[in-house]
Amino acid sequence: MLAIVLIPREARRGEIIPIRIAIQHPMETGFRPDNFGRRIPKNVINSLVCRYNGVEIFRAEMGSGIAANPQLQFYTVAQKSGDIIFEWVDDAGQAGGERAALTVSG
Amino acid sequence: MQSDDFSNPGMLWVARGEKLWMTPAGGSGKSCATCHTEASQGMKGVATRYPAMDPGSARLVNIEGRINLCRARHQQVEAFQYESEELLALTAYVAHQSRGMPVKIEIDAQNRRHFDRGRDLYNRRIGQMNLSCAQCHDQNWGKKLLTDTISQGHGNAYPIYRLEWQNAGSLHRRFRNCLYGVRAELLPAGSAEFLDLELFLAWRARGLPLETPGVRR
Ligand code: HEC
Ligand code: HEC
Repeated sequence: MLAIVLIPREARRGEIIPIRIAIQHPMETGFRPDNFGRRIPKNVINSLVCRYNGVEIFRAEMGSGIAANPQLQFYTVAQKSGDIIFEWVDDAGQAGGERAALTVSG
Repeated sequence: MQSDDFSNPGMLWVARGEKLWMTPAGGSGKSCATCHTEASQGMKGVATRYPAMDPGSARLVNIEGRINLCRARHQQVEAFQYESEELLALTAYVAHQSRGMPVKIEIDAQNRRHFDRGRDLYNRRIGQMNLSCAQCHDQNWGKKLLTDTISQGHGNAYPIYRLEWQNAGSLHRRFRNCLYGVRAELLPAGSAEFLDLELFLAWRARGLPLETPGVRR
């Protein structure tokens, strides 16, 4: 699953930084019929976790109400240089992940 | 939403296109990048002159068609299906390299026949509603059709991400939407008629900057 993570590459210690992720996913609601009238099974990214140097800083549980190709944004406080890692899984059991490196000065 | 690259969901297709650009395909083991190297150089400005005549087959091809020709001739693999995720992604990636550059189509002896047919189709009343493209997009742009504001009907932002589709889509998918709207026969994406229409629209959009990937409601 393709995703784009957007964070500042560098930050000062203590700075509040925005973290954004966009994931390519149909977020199939489970309410739509296909062209033959059969129900398309629900398949959404049901959970997503973000860790900063191994510590969980954000978690989302999503459902049918979230649009396709979801985008999430939140904030964290820059502490140490390291990796921001996203992991998620959808109803079909497919897992995805993406990471970005942050350099913290001061 | 369109001008902020992160908020523009179409950029996910551009990113996927970039990956496909570098992925080898077929027995030759060649990727697009093997022959064309950096897309940011080799593909810059290419989309401003499409659809164009393919000298090899004397056929009119758009970017989608050109990509599939490269797959057949140079990679010896089967064509991507029109409107497939892969073809949309590669088309968006190639066209994106010309973002901001003006559409530059010239009509000459080679493509004149296609141009004339495209213009005819654009001006012909069709469907149960008996409306031509021109009646909406030349004579009534700026006015409302239900909740839509009718635009001048340019194709310079395609492939686009459309919120209603919750997906990316090609210019030909948009054509099908408009045909459906006037209850006319739905031509298949990639058909000769649509290519002629695409050429006429590109000529009509001369000078407008490419916007791929556009975002629409
Ligand atoms: C083995 C080399 C080779 C490979 C691999 C290849 N191409 Fe090409 N491509 C060419 C050549 C040669 C041309 C010039 C037209 C022709 O002869 O078909 C061309 C033309 C093009 C053009 C039109 C350029 C213009 O200026 O009009 C585009 C767009 C393009 N290729 C995209 C792609 C994409 C996308 C892929 C990967 C799916 C790809 N090509 C793979 C050799 C290749
Ligand atoms: C009944 C009016 C109507 C007719 C006739 C019609 N369209 Fe449209 N068209 C629309 C509406 C409404 C939209 C969506 C809003 C917009 O972008 O204009 C649209 C959108 C488009 C767009 C996308 C513009 C963009 O910026 O995304 C193109 C291209 C287009 N039409 C081409 C055509 C062509 C070609 C025909 C003839 C085959 C045609 N239309 C016939 C109403 C019409």
